[in-house]
Amino acid sequence: MIEVDALSKTYSGVPAVEDLSFSVAKGEILGFLGPNGAGKSTTMRMITGFLTPDRGTVRVGGYDVVREPLAARRKIGYLPENAPVYEDMTVQSYLDFIARIRGFGGAQRKKRVDATMARCFLGDVRFQTIHTLSKGFKQRVCFAQSILHDPDYLVLDEPTDGLDPNQKHEVRQMIREMSVHKAIILSTHILDEMEAVCTRAIIIARGRLVVDETPERLRTRSPLHGAVSLSLAPCAVDELTARLQGVEGVDRVALLAAEGTGVTLRVFPRAPEVAIAEGIVRALGIGPFHIRSLFVEKGRLDEVFREITQTPPSATAH
Amino acid sequence: MKPSGTTAIVLAVLRREMQSYFVSPVAYVFIVIFLLLLGFFTFQVTRFFEAGQADLQGFFQWHPWVFLFLVPAVAMRLWSEERRLGTIELLLTLPVTVTQLVMGKYLAAWLFIGIALLFTFPMVLTVAYLGDPDMGAVFCAYVGSFLMAGAFLSVGSMTSALSRNPVVCFILAVVVCLFFILAGYPPVTGTISAWAPVWLVNRVADLSFLSHFLSLQRGVIDLRDVLYFVSVITFMLYLNGVLVRGRKSA
Ligand SMILES: Nc1ncnc2c1ncn2[C@@H]1O[C@H](COP(=O)(O)OP(=O)(O)O)[C@@H](O)[C@H]1O
Ligand SMILES: [Mg+2]
Repeated sequence: MIEVDALSKTYSGVPAVEDLSFSVAKGEILGFLGPNGAGKSTTMRMITGFLTPDRGTVRVGGYDVVREPLAARRKIGYLPENAPVYEDMTVQSYLDFIARIRGFGGAQRKKRVDATMARCFLGDVRFQTIHTLSKGFKQRVCFAQSILHDPDYLVLDEPTDGLDPNQKHEVRQMIREMSVHKAIILSTHILDEMEAVCTRAIIIARGRLVVDETPERLRTRSPLHGAVSLSLAPCAVDELTARLQGVEGVDRVALLAAEGTGVTLRVFPRAPEVAIAEGIVRALGIGPFHIRSLFVEKGRLDEVFREITQTPPSATAH
Repeated sequence: MKPSGTTAIVLAVLRREMQSYFVSPVAYVFIVIFLLLLGFFTFQVTRFFEAGQADLQGFFQWHPWVFLFLVPAVAMRLWSEERRLGTIELLLTLPVTVTQLVMGKYLAAWLFIGIALLFTFPMVLTVAYLGDPDMGAVFCAYVGSFLMAGAFLSVGSMTSALSRNPVVCFILAVVVCLFFILAGYPPVTGTISAWAPVWLVNRVADLSFLSHFLSLQRGVIDLRDVLYFVSVITFMLYLNGVLVRGRKSA
Protein backbone atom coordinates (compact mmCIF):
# COMPACT_ATOMS: atom_id res chain seq x y z
CA MET A 1 0.00 0.00 0.00
CA ILE A 2 1.21 3.48 -0.86
CA GLU A 3 -0.50 6.00 1.36
CA VAL A 4 -0.20 9.67 0.57
CA ASP A 5 -1.64 11.89 3.25
CA ALA A 6 -2.16 15.67 3.05
CA LEU A 7 0.97 16.17 1.00
CA SER A 8 2.07 19.72 0.23
CA LYS A 9 5.09 21.21 -1.48
CA THR A 10 5.94 24.81 -2.28
CA TYR A 11 8.71 25.99 -4.61
CA SER A 12 9.97 29.34 -3.34
CA GLY A 13 6.53 30.51 -2.33
CA VAL A 14 4.65 29.00 -5.29
CA PRO A 15 2.59 25.96 -4.31
CA ALA A 16 3.18 22.97 -6.61
CA VAL A 17 1.24 20.35 -4.64
CA GLU A 18 -1.43 21.18 -2.10
CA ASP A 19 -3.02 18.93 0.46
CA LEU A 20 -2.97 15.85 -1.73
CA SER A 21 -4.22 12.53 -0.31
CA PHE A 22 -4.76 9.18 -1.98
CA SER A 23 -3.69 5.58 -1.65
CA VAL A 24 -2.85 2.71 -3.95
CA ALA A 25 -3.25 -0.96 -3.00
CA LYS A 26 -1.52 -3.97 -4.50
CA GLY A 27 -3.12 -5.11 -7.72
CA GLU A 28 -4.05 -1.58 -8.65
CA ILE A 29 -2.60 0.51 -11.43
CA LEU A 30 -3.27 4.09 -10.58
CA GLY A 31 -3.27 6.57 -13.44
CA PHE A 32 -1.98 9.88 -12.26
CA LEU A 33 -3.32 12.49 -14.65
CA GLY A 34 -3.02 16.18 -15.01
CA PRO A 35 -1.92 18.81 -17.49
CA ASN A 36 1.75 19.78 -17.62
CA GLY A 37 2.79 21.60 -14.48
CA ALA A 38 -0.04 20.13 -12.41
CA GLY A 39 2.39 18.68 -9.87
CA LYS A 40 2.60 15.03 -10.97
CA SER A 41 6.38 14.82 -10.98
CA THR A 42 6.66 16.76 -7.75
CA THR A 43 4.30 14.30 -6.07
CA MET A 44 6.22 11.31 -7.39
CA ARG A 45 9.49 12.80 -6.22
CA MET A 46 8.07 13.08 -2.74
CA ILE A 47 6.78 9.51 -2.82
CA THR A 48 10.20 8.20 -3.82
CA GLY A 49 12.01 10.39 -1.32
CA PHE A 50 13.87 12.60 -3.77
CA LEU A 51 12.08 15.67 -2.43
CA THR A 52 11.11 16.24 1.17
CA PRO A 53 7.46 17.35 1.56
CA ASP A 54 6.75 20.63 3.30
CA ARG A 55 3.75 19.06 5.00
CA GLY A 56 2.04 15.69 4.98
CA THR A 57 3.34 12.12 4.96
CA VAL A 58 3.97 9.32 2.51
CA ARG A 59 4.02 5.72 3.68
CA VAL A 60 5.21 2.95 1.41
CA GLY A 61 4.57 -0.59 2.62
CA GLY A 62 4.10 0.87 6.09
CA TYR A 63 7.40 2.80 6.10
CA ASP A 64 7.41 6.57 6.29
CA VAL A 65 9.62 7.76 3.40
CA VAL A 66 11.05 10.62 5.45
CA ARG A 67 11.67 8.82 8.73
CA GLU A 68 12.67 5.39 7.40
CA PRO A 69 13.90 6.29 3.93
CA LEU A 70 16.07 3.26 3.26
CA ALA A 71 13.44 0.70 4.22
CA ALA A 72 10.86 2.50 2.08
CA ARG A 73 13.17 2.87 -0.91
CA ARG A 74 14.08 -0.81 -0.90
CA LYS A 75 10.45 -1.53 -1.70
CA ILE A 76 10.12 1.02 -4.49
CA GLY A 77 11.11 0.95 -8.12
CA TYR A 78 11.23 4.38 -9.71
CA LEU A 79 11.30 5.52 -13.31
CA PRO A 80 11.90 9.28 -13.22
CA GLU A 81 10.66 11.61 -15.93
CA ASN A 82 12.91 11.54 -19.03
CA ALA A 83 14.52 8.28 -17.86
CA PRO A 84 17.93 9.53 -16.70
CA VAL A 85 20.67 6.87 -16.92
CA TYR A 86 24.48 6.90 -17.01
CA GLU A 87 24.95 7.12 -20.74
CA ASP A 88 28.65 6.28 -20.75
CA MET A 89 27.99 2.77 -19.41
CA THR A 90 26.91 -0.32 -21.26
CA VAL A 91 23.42 -1.66 -20.59
CA GLN A 92 24.81 -4.65 -18.74
CA SER A 93 27.30 -2.77 -16.56
CA TYR A 94 24.65 -0.22 -15.67
CA LEU A 95 22.19 -2.87 -14.52
CA ASP A 96 25.02 -4.64 -12.73
CA PHE A 97 25.71 -1.43 -10.82
CA ILE A 98 22.05 -1.16 -9.81
CA ALA A 99 22.04 -4.80 -8.72
CA ARG A 100 25.12 -4.27 -6.55
CA ILE A 101 23.54 -1.22 -4.91
CA ARG A 102 20.35 -3.20 -4.36
CA GLY A 103 22.31 -5.83 -2.47
CA PHE A 104 22.51 -8.72 -4.90
CA GLY A 105 25.76 -10.62 -4.77
CA GLY A 106 27.60 -13.24 -6.78
CA ALA A 107 25.69 -15.60 -9.03
CA GLN A 108 22.39 -14.19 -7.89
CA ARG A 109 23.33 -10.79 -9.24
CA LYS A 110 24.19 -12.15 -12.66
CA LYS A 111 20.93 -14.06 -12.75
CA ARG A 112 18.95 -10.98 -11.81
CA VAL A 113 20.61 -8.81 -14.43
CA ASP A 114 20.12 -11.44 -17.13
CA ALA A 115 16.49 -12.02 -16.21
CA THR A 116 15.75 -8.30 -16.18
CA MET A 117 17.40 -7.77 -19.57
CA ALA A 118 15.41 -10.64 -21.01
CA ARG A 119 12.18 -9.26 -19.60
CA CYS A 120 12.76 -5.82 -21.07
CA PHE A 121 14.05 -7.13 -24.40
CA LEU A 122 17.50 -5.70 -23.86
CA GLY A 123 19.49 -8.87 -24.50
CA ASP A 124 20.60 -7.81 -27.97
CA VAL A 125 22.03 -4.50 -26.83
CA ARG A 126 23.55 -5.62 -23.55
CA PHE A 127 27.11 -4.65 -24.52
CA GLN A 128 26.11 -1.42 -26.21
CA THR A 129 26.94 1.92 -24.61
CA ILE A 130 23.69 3.54 -23.53
CA HIS A 131 24.24 6.83 -25.37
CA THR A 132 24.27 4.94 -28.66
CA LEU A 133 20.75 3.61 -27.99
CA SER A 134 17.55 5.12 -29.31
CA LYS A 135 15.21 6.97 -26.99
CA GLY A 136 12.92 3.96 -26.69
CA PHE A 137 15.76 1.70 -25.62
CA LYS A 138 17.06 4.22 -23.10
CA GLN A 139 13.60 4.37 -21.62
CA ARG A 140 13.59 0.60 -21.45
CA VAL A 141 16.97 0.54 -19.70
CA CYS A 142 15.65 2.89 -17.07
CA PHE A 143 12.49 0.84 -16.78
CA ALA A 144 14.63 -2.30 -16.36
CA GLN A 145 16.48 -0.55 -13.55
CA SER A 146 13.19 0.12 -11.77
CA ILE A 147 11.99 -3.49 -11.80
CA LEU A 148 15.34 -5.22 -11.27
CA HIS A 149 14.70 -5.95 -7.59
CA ASP A 150 11.09 -6.97 -8.25
CA PRO A 151 9.71 -4.18 -6.05
CA ASP A 152 6.28 -4.25 -4.47
CA TYR A 153 5.72 -0.66 -5.49
CA LEU A 154 6.39 0.94 -8.82
CA VAL A 155 6.37 4.66 -9.46
CA LEU A 156 6.55 5.49 -13.17
CA ASP A 157 6.71 9.11 -14.30
CA GLU A 158 5.46 9.31 -17.90
CA PRO A 159 6.83 5.89 -18.83
CA THR A 160 5.82 6.11 -22.49
CA ASP A 161 6.73 9.73 -23.13
CA GLY A 162 8.49 10.14 -26.46
CA LEU A 163 8.06 6.54 -27.58
CA ASP A 164 6.56 5.45 -30.88
CA PRO A 165 3.19 3.64 -30.85
CA ASN A 166 4.75 0.16 -30.93
CA GLN A 167 7.08 0.92 -28.07
CA LYS A 168 4.22 2.45 -26.13
CA HIS A 169 2.30 -0.74 -26.60
CA GLU A 170 5.24 -2.82 -25.36
CA VAL A 171 5.73 -0.75 -22.24
CA ARG A 172 2.01 -0.90 -21.42
CA GLN A 173 2.11 -4.64 -21.92
CA MET A 174 4.97 -4.97 -19.44
CA ILE A 175 3.20 -2.80 -16.92
CA ARG A 176 0.00 -4.80 -17.15
CA GLU A 177 1.86 -8.08 -16.79
CA MET A 178 3.47 -6.95 -13.58
CA SER A 179 0.45 -5.42 -11.97
CA VAL A 180 -0.92 -8.49 -10.23
CA HIS A 181 1.40 -8.41 -7.24
CA LYS A 182 2.33 -4.78 -7.26
CA ALA A 183 0.90 -1.38 -6.57
CA ILE A 184 1.72 0.83 -9.51
CA ILE A 185 1.45 4.59 -9.93
CA LEU A 186 1.81 5.83 -13.46
CA SER A 187 1.68 9.45 -14.45
CA THR A 188 0.60 10.47 -17.88
CA HIS A 189 -1.18 13.16 -19.76
CA ILE A 190 -2.28 10.70 -22.43
CA LEU A 191 -5.86 9.71 -21.76
CA ASP A 192 -5.97 6.65 -23.97
CA GLU A 193 -3.00 5.31 -22.13
CA MET A 194 -4.67 5.77 -18.80
CA GLU A 195 -7.76 4.00 -20.08
CA ALA A 196 -5.76 1.17 -21.63
CA VAL A 197 -3.68 0.41 -18.56
CA CYS A 198 -5.12 1.82 -15.38
CA THR A 199 -7.67 0.40 -12.98
CA ARG A 200 -8.20 3.75 -11.34
CA ALA A 201 -7.52 7.34 -12.21
CA ILE A 202 -6.85 10.43 -10.22
CA ILE A 203 -6.68 13.81 -11.83
CA ILE A 204 -4.84 16.70 -10.33
CA ALA A 205 -4.88 20.28 -11.44
CA ARG A 206 -2.78 23.07 -9.96
CA GLY A 207 -1.48 20.69 -7.30
CA ARG A 208 -4.90 19.65 -6.04
CA LEU A 209 -6.82 16.44 -6.37
CA VAL A 210 -9.98 16.92 -8.43
CA VAL A 211 -11.10 13.39 -9.32
CA ASP A 212 -10.48 9.89 -7.99
CA GLU A 213 -12.42 7.12 -9.77
CA THR A 214 -12.29 4.40 -12.43
CA PRO A 215 -11.72 5.32 -16.08
CA GLU A 216 -15.26 4.13 -16.98
CA ARG A 217 -16.84 6.29 -14.31
CA LEU A 218 -14.72 9.15 -15.53
CA ARG A 219 -16.20 8.85 -19.01
CA THR A 220 -19.71 9.30 -17.67
CA ARG A 221 -18.76 12.84 -16.72
CA SER A 222 -18.55 13.69 -20.39
CA PRO A 223 -21.50 15.74 -21.68
CA LEU A 224 -21.47 13.35 -24.63
CA HIS A 225 -21.96 10.27 -22.49
CA GLY A 226 -25.18 8.45 -23.44
CA ALA A 227 -25.84 10.60 -26.51
CA VAL A 228 -26.78 8.84 -29.76
CA SER A 229 -25.00 9.81 -32.97
CA LEU A 230 -26.98 9.24 -36.13
CA SER A 231 -26.20 9.44 -39.78
CA LEU A 232 -28.92 9.12 -42.43
CA ALA A 233 -29.49 9.34 -46.14
CA PRO A 234 -30.69 12.80 -47.35
CA CYS A 235 -34.17 13.52 -46.02
CA ALA A 236 -36.49 16.20 -44.65
CA VAL A 237 -34.59 17.53 -41.67
CA ASP A 238 -37.51 19.25 -39.99
CA GLU A 239 -39.63 16.19 -39.94
CA LEU A 240 -36.69 14.13 -38.73
CA THR A 241 -35.92 16.37 -35.75
CA ALA A 242 -39.57 16.60 -34.84
CA ARG A 243 -39.86 12.85 -34.79
CA LEU A 244 -36.71 12.48 -32.70
CA GLN A 245 -37.91 15.08 -30.21
CA GLY A 246 -40.95 12.98 -29.70
CA VAL A 247 -38.99 9.94 -28.56
CA GLU A 248 -39.36 9.10 -24.88
CA GLY A 249 -36.37 10.40 -22.84
CA VAL A 250 -34.91 12.71 -25.46
CA ASP A 251 -33.75 16.10 -24.25
CA ARG A 252 -32.58 17.81 -27.42
CA VAL A 253 -31.40 17.13 -30.94
CA ALA A 254 -28.27 18.73 -32.35
CA LEU A 255 -27.89 18.88 -36.11
CA LEU A 256 -24.24 18.37 -37.02
CA ALA A 257 -24.41 18.40 -40.81
CA ALA A 258 -27.12 18.43 -43.47
CA GLU A 259 -25.78 18.18 -47.01
CA GLY A 260 -26.80 16.68 -50.28
CA THR A 261 -24.95 13.50 -49.36
CA GLY A 262 -26.60 12.93 -46.01
CA VAL A 263 -27.57 14.15 -42.56
CA THR A 264 -25.70 13.67 -39.30
CA LEU A 265 -27.05 14.63 -35.94
CA ARG A 266 -26.70 13.86 -32.28
CA VAL A 267 -29.53 13.14 -29.87
CA PHE A 268 -29.02 13.86 -26.18
CA PRO A 269 -30.98 12.08 -23.47
CA ARG A 270 -32.42 13.92 -20.47
CA ALA A 271 -29.86 12.21 -18.23
CA PRO A 272 -26.79 10.12 -19.16
CA GLU A 273 -28.30 6.91 -17.78
CA VAL A 274 -31.54 7.19 -19.81
CA ALA A 275 -31.38 4.80 -22.76
CA ILE A 276 -32.83 6.30 -25.92
CA ALA A 277 -31.29 4.23 -28.71
CA GLU A 278 -34.12 1.76 -28.93
CA GLY A 279 -36.78 4.45 -29.00
CA ILE A 280 -34.95 6.22 -31.82
CA VAL A 281 -34.71 3.07 -33.92
CA ARG A 282 -38.39 2.41 -33.44
CA ALA A 283 -39.39 6.02 -34.26
CA LEU A 284 -37.36 6.11 -37.46
CA GLY A 285 -38.05 2.52 -38.48
CA ILE A 286 -41.46 3.35 -39.83
CA GLY A 287 -39.80 5.36 -42.61
CA PRO A 288 -39.13 7.24 -44.78
CA PHE A 289 -35.69 7.55 -43.18
CA HIS A 290 -32.68 5.41 -44.05
CA ILE A 291 -30.32 5.01 -41.12
CA ARG A 292 -26.73 4.59 -42.28
CA SER A 293 -25.16 4.37 -38.84
CA LEU A 294 -26.15 4.77 -35.25
CA PHE A 295 -24.08 4.53 -32.12
CA VAL A 296 -24.26 5.37 -28.46
CA GLU A 297 -21.44 7.67 -27.35
CA LYS A 298 -19.44 6.50 -24.35
CA GLY A 299 -18.12 9.97 -23.77
CA ARG A 300 -14.82 11.54 -24.58
CA LEU A 301 -12.16 11.47 -21.93
CA ASP A 302 -10.30 14.41 -23.38
CA GLU A 303 -13.42 16.53 -22.93
CA VAL A 304 -13.79 15.43 -19.34
CA PHE A 305 -10.13 16.10 -18.76
CA ARG A 306 -10.31 19.56 -20.26
CA GLU A 307 -13.38 20.51 -18.33
CA ILE A 308 -12.07 19.23 -15.03
CA THR A 309 -8.60 20.69 -15.24
CA GLN A 310 -9.53 24.08 -16.62
CA THR A 311 -12.34 25.21 -14.36
CA PRO A 312 -11.48 26.30 -10.81
CA PRO A 313 -11.36 23.32 -8.41
CA SER A 314 -14.34 24.56 -6.40
CA ALA A 315 -16.59 24.33 -9.46
CA THR A 316 -15.75 20.67 -10.03
CA ALA A 317 -15.82 19.49 -6.43
CA HIS A 318 -17.58 16.16 -6.23
CA MET B 1 17.63 -9.68 -1.29
CA LYS B 2 19.28 -8.43 1.86
CA PRO B 3 20.06 -4.82 2.71
CA SER B 4 23.57 -4.20 1.46
CA GLY B 5 26.29 -3.12 3.86
CA THR B 6 27.91 0.29 3.72
CA THR B 7 31.17 -1.09 2.35
CA ALA B 8 29.41 -2.92 -0.47
CA ILE B 9 27.54 0.22 -1.48
CA VAL B 10 30.60 2.48 -1.29
CA LEU B 11 32.50 -0.06 -3.39
CA ALA B 12 29.69 -0.31 -5.94
CA VAL B 13 29.67 3.47 -6.34
CA LEU B 14 33.46 3.57 -6.49
CA ARG B 15 33.49 0.87 -9.11
CA ARG B 16 31.00 2.66 -11.30
CA GLU B 17 32.89 5.94 -11.09
CA MET B 18 36.14 4.19 -11.97
CA GLN B 19 34.50 2.56 -14.96
CA SER B 20 33.30 5.89 -16.23
CA TYR B 21 36.81 7.39 -15.90
CA PHE B 22 38.35 4.70 -18.02
CA VAL B 23 35.69 4.26 -20.71
CA SER B 24 36.16 7.88 -21.71
CA PRO B 25 39.44 9.39 -22.89
CA VAL B 26 39.30 11.77 -19.91
CA ALA B 27 41.36 9.46 -17.72
CA TYR B 28 44.14 9.03 -20.25
CA VAL B 29 44.19 12.71 -21.17
CA PHE B 30 44.39 13.60 -17.51
CA ILE B 31 47.26 11.24 -16.77
CA VAL B 32 49.23 12.38 -19.80
CA ILE B 33 48.76 16.06 -19.02
CA PHE B 34 49.62 15.48 -15.39
CA LEU B 35 52.91 13.78 -16.33
CA LEU B 36 53.76 16.31 -19.03
CA LEU B 37 53.19 19.27 -16.73
CA LEU B 38 55.19 17.78 -13.88
CA GLY B 39 57.97 16.81 -16.29
CA PHE B 40 58.03 20.25 -17.85
CA PHE B 41 58.26 22.07 -14.53
CA THR B 42 60.75 19.65 -13.07
CA PHE B 43 63.14 19.52 -16.01
CA GLN B 44 62.69 22.86 -17.75
CA VAL B 45 61.88 25.22 -14.93
CA THR B 46 63.82 23.73 -12.04
CA ARG B 47 66.63 22.58 -14.32
CA PHE B 48 66.65 19.29 -12.53
CA PHE B 49 69.76 17.82 -14.14
CA GLU B 50 71.84 20.95 -13.86
CA ALA B 51 71.06 21.48 -10.21
CA GLY B 52 73.44 18.65 -9.51
CA GLN B 53 71.43 17.45 -6.54
CA ALA B 54 70.12 13.94 -6.61
CA ASP B 55 66.97 14.66 -4.62
CA LEU B 56 63.36 15.18 -5.55
CA GLN B 57 62.85 18.62 -4.05
CA GLY B 58 62.60 20.15 -7.50
CA PHE B 59 59.97 17.58 -8.42
CA PHE B 60 57.69 17.68 -5.40
CA GLN B 61 57.64 21.47 -5.11
CA TRP B 62 55.51 21.62 -8.24
CA HIS B 63 52.85 19.23 -7.04
CA PRO B 64 50.65 21.82 -5.31
CA TRP B 65 50.59 23.98 -8.43
CA VAL B 66 49.81 21.17 -10.81
CA PHE B 67 47.13 19.85 -8.46
CA LEU B 68 45.65 23.32 -8.20
CA PHE B 69 44.32 23.03 -11.75
CA LEU B 70 44.14 19.34 -12.46
CA VAL B 71 42.43 18.09 -9.30
CA PRO B 72 39.47 20.49 -9.61
CA ALA B 73 39.23 19.36 -13.23
CA VAL B 74 38.74 15.79 -12.02
CA ALA B 75 36.39 16.83 -9.24
CA MET B 76 34.14 19.26 -11.07
CA ARG B 77 31.91 16.67 -12.67
CA LEU B 78 31.47 14.50 -9.55
CA TRP B 79 28.13 16.02 -8.51
CA SER B 80 27.40 18.70 -11.06
CA GLU B 81 27.07 16.17 -13.85
CA GLU B 82 24.62 14.07 -11.86
CA ARG B 83 22.44 17.13 -11.55
CA ARG B 84 22.88 18.27 -15.12
CA LEU B 85 21.90 14.87 -16.52
CA GLY B 86 19.20 14.26 -13.93
CA THR B 87 20.79 10.99 -12.83
CA ILE B 88 20.94 12.38 -9.30
CA GLU B 89 17.21 11.70 -9.05
CA LEU B 90 17.83 8.00 -9.47
CA LEU B 91 20.90 7.99 -7.29
CA LEU B 92 19.19 9.68 -4.35
CA THR B 93 16.13 7.43 -4.54
CA LEU B 94 18.17 4.23 -4.31
CA PRO B 95 18.36 2.67 -0.84
CA VAL B 96 21.66 4.35 -0.01
CA THR B 97 22.69 7.23 2.23
CA VAL B 98 24.21 10.45 0.96
CA THR B 99 27.32 9.73 3.03
CA GLN B 100 27.84 6.43 1.21
CA LEU B 101 27.52 8.18 -2.14
CA VAL B 102 29.88 11.00 -1.17
CA MET B 103 32.44 8.46 0.06
CA GLY B 104 32.18 6.25 -3.02
CA LYS B 105 32.58 9.10 -5.45
CA TYR B 106 35.35 10.74 -3.48
CA LEU B 107 37.37 7.57 -3.01
CA ALA B 108 37.11 6.72 -6.70
CA ALA B 109 38.49 10.10 -7.70
CA TRP B 110 41.20 9.92 -5.05
CA LEU B 111 42.23 6.49 -6.16
CA PHE B 112 42.35 7.74 -9.73
CA ILE B 113 44.67 10.60 -8.78
CA GLY B 114 46.73 8.10 -6.79
CA ILE B 115 47.16 6.06 -9.95
CA ALA B 116 48.30 9.15 -11.84
CA LEU B 117 50.77 9.83 -9.03
CA LEU B 118 52.14 6.30 -9.29
CA PHE B 119 52.96 6.93 -12.94
CA THR B 120 55.54 9.52 -11.82
CA PHE B 121 57.61 6.71 -10.34
CA PRO B 122 60.18 6.80 -13.17
CA MET B 123 61.28 10.11 -11.62
CA VAL B 124 62.29 8.28 -8.48
CA LEU B 125 64.10 5.62 -10.46
CA THR B 126 66.03 8.30 -12.37
CA VAL B 127 67.14 9.97 -9.19
CA ALA B 128 68.04 6.67 -7.59
CA TYR B 129 70.15 5.90 -10.64
CA LEU B 130 71.92 9.26 -10.59
CA GLY B 131 72.55 9.43 -6.90
CA ASP B 132 71.52 8.11 -3.56
CA PRO B 133 68.29 9.79 -2.44
CA ASP B 134 66.79 9.23 0.98
CA MET B 135 64.09 6.74 0.06
CA GLY B 136 62.33 7.32 3.36
CA ALA B 137 61.98 10.98 2.55
CA VAL B 138 60.76 10.18 -0.95
CA PHE B 139 58.12 7.89 0.49
CA CYS B 140 56.99 10.53 2.96
CA ALA B 141 56.81 13.12 0.19
CA TYR B 142 54.59 10.81 -1.84
CA VAL B 143 52.34 10.27 1.16
CA GLY B 144 52.23 14.03 1.63
CA SER B 145 51.46 14.61 -2.03
CA PHE B 146 48.69 12.02 -1.99
CA LEU B 147 47.14 13.51 1.14
CA MET B 148 47.38 16.99 -0.31
CA ALA B 149 45.72 15.80 -3.51
CA GLY B 150 42.98 14.33 -1.32
CA ALA B 151 42.47 17.70 0.34
CA PHE B 152 42.28 19.49 -3.01
CA LEU B 153 39.87 16.86 -4.18
CA SER B 154 37.59 17.21 -1.16
CA VAL B 155 37.32 20.93 -1.92
CA GLY B 156 36.49 20.15 -5.56
CA SER B 157 33.95 17.52 -4.60
CA MET B 158 32.25 19.99 -2.29
CA THR B 159 32.11 22.80 -4.87
CA SER B 160 30.84 20.41 -7.52
CA ALA B 161 27.67 20.08 -5.43
CA LEU B 162 27.12 23.84 -5.61
CA SER B 163 26.15 24.21 -9.26
CA ARG B 164 25.05 22.13 -12.20
CA ASN B 165 27.58 24.01 -14.33
CA PRO B 166 30.97 22.24 -14.14
CA VAL B 167 32.89 25.37 -15.14
CA VAL B 168 31.47 27.26 -12.18
CA CYS B 169 32.39 24.34 -9.92
CA PHE B 170 35.90 24.26 -11.35
CA ILE B 171 36.52 27.96 -10.80
CA LEU B 172 35.16 27.88 -7.25
CA ALA B 173 37.40 24.93 -6.44
CA VAL B 174 40.50 26.64 -7.86
CA VAL B 175 39.80 29.79 -5.86
CA VAL B 176 39.33 27.91 -2.58
CA CYS B 177 42.37 25.72 -3.24
CA LEU B 178 44.45 28.76 -4.13
CA PHE B 179 43.63 30.21 -0.75
CA PHE B 180 44.77 27.02 0.93
CA ILE B 181 48.06 27.17 -0.96
CA LEU B 182 48.78 30.86 -0.65
CA ALA B 183 48.17 30.94 3.08
CA GLY B 184 51.55 29.25 3.48
CA TYR B 185 53.38 30.38 0.36
CA PRO B 186 56.64 32.09 1.50
CA PRO B 187 56.21 35.27 -0.59
CA VAL B 188 52.75 35.71 0.90
CA THR B 189 53.68 34.87 4.49
CA GLY B 190 56.63 37.23 4.08
CA THR B 191 54.32 40.08 3.12
CA ILE B 192 51.95 39.38 5.97
CA SER B 193 54.72 39.15 8.56
CA ALA B 194 55.79 42.67 7.64
CA TRP B 195 52.80 44.07 9.49
CA ALA B 196 51.13 41.17 11.34
CA PRO B 197 52.27 39.61 14.60
CA VAL B 198 54.17 36.36 14.29
CA TRP B 199 51.46 34.25 15.93
CA LEU B 200 48.91 35.38 13.35
CA VAL B 201 51.25 34.63 10.48
CA ASN B 202 51.74 31.17 11.92
CA ARG B 203 48.02 30.55 12.39
CA VAL B 204 47.35 31.49 8.79
CA ALA B 205 50.26 29.38 7.57
CA ASP B 206 48.94 26.48 9.63
CA LEU B 207 45.85 26.53 7.45
CA SER B 208 47.91 26.06 4.35
CA PHE B 209 48.31 22.85 2.43
CA LEU B 210 51.80 24.00 1.60
CA SER B 211 53.31 24.11 5.08
CA HIS B 212 51.98 20.66 5.92
CA PHE B 213 53.16 19.27 2.64
CA LEU B 214 56.63 20.76 3.16
CA SER B 215 56.73 19.35 6.64
CA LEU B 216 55.92 15.85 5.33
CA GLN B 217 58.63 16.18 2.67
CA ARG B 218 61.26 16.41 5.38
CA GLY B 219 61.11 12.69 5.80
CA VAL B 220 59.07 12.22 8.95
CA ILE B 221 55.39 11.49 8.89
CA ASP B 222 54.19 13.84 11.56
CA LEU B 223 50.80 12.82 12.85
CA ARG B 224 49.78 16.45 13.10
CA ASP B 225 50.22 16.95 9.38
CA VAL B 226 48.30 13.80 8.57
CA LEU B 227 45.59 14.84 11.00
CA TYR B 228 45.45 18.24 9.37
CA PHE B 229 44.77 16.83 5.92
CA VAL B 230 42.30 14.30 7.27
CA SER B 231 40.41 17.08 9.07
CA VAL B 232 40.23 19.23 5.94
CA ILE B 233 38.97 16.25 3.93
CA THR B 234 36.42 15.29 6.57
CA PHE B 235 35.14 18.82 6.88
CA MET B 236 34.84 19.35 3.12
CA LEU B 237 33.09 16.02 2.58
CA TYR B 238 30.73 16.75 5.44
CA LEU B 239 29.87 20.03 3.75
CA ASN B 240 29.54 18.11 0.48
CA GLY B 241 26.92 15.85 2.09
CA VAL B 242 25.04 18.82 3.52
CA LEU B 243 24.92 20.44 0.09
CA VAL B 244 23.68 17.29 -1.63
CA ARG B 245 20.98 16.76 0.99
CA GLY B 246 20.06 20.44 0.83
CA ARG B 247 19.04 20.10 -2.80
CA LYS B 248 16.29 17.70 -1.81
CA SER B 249 14.18 20.35 -0.17
CA ALA B 250 14.97 22.99 -2.79
N1 LIG C 1 12.70 22.61 -9.08
C1 LIG C 1 11.66 23.44 -9.24
N2 LIG C 1 11.75 24.73 -8.87
C2 LIG C 1 10.72 25.57 -9.00
N3 LIG C 1 9.52 25.22 -9.50
C3 LIG C 1 9.35 23.96 -9.90
C4 LIG C 1 10.41 23.00 -9.79
N4 LIG C 1 9.95 21.81 -10.26
C5 LIG C 1 8.67 22.02 -10.64
N5 LIG C 1 8.31 23.30 -10.43
C6 LIG C 1 6.97 23.88 -10.68
O1 LIG C 1 6.02 23.13 -9.97
C7 LIG C 1 4.87 22.90 -10.74
C8 LIG C 1 4.59 21.41 -10.85
O2 LIG C 1 5.59 20.82 -11.65
P1 LIG C 1 5.64 19.27 -11.96
O3 LIG C 1 5.46 18.52 -10.69
O4 LIG C 1 6.89 19.02 -12.71
O5 LIG C 1 4.38 19.08 -12.90
P2 LIG C 1 3.99 17.88 -13.88
O6 LIG C 1 4.92 16.76 -13.66
O7 LIG C 1 2.58 17.56 -13.52
O8 LIG C 1 4.09 18.42 -15.28
C9 LIG C 1 5.12 23.57 -12.08
O9 LIG C 1 4.46 24.81 -12.06
C10 LIG C 1 6.59 23.74 -12.15
O10 LIG C 1 6.94 24.89 -12.87
MG1 LIG D 1 6.17 15.83 -14.95
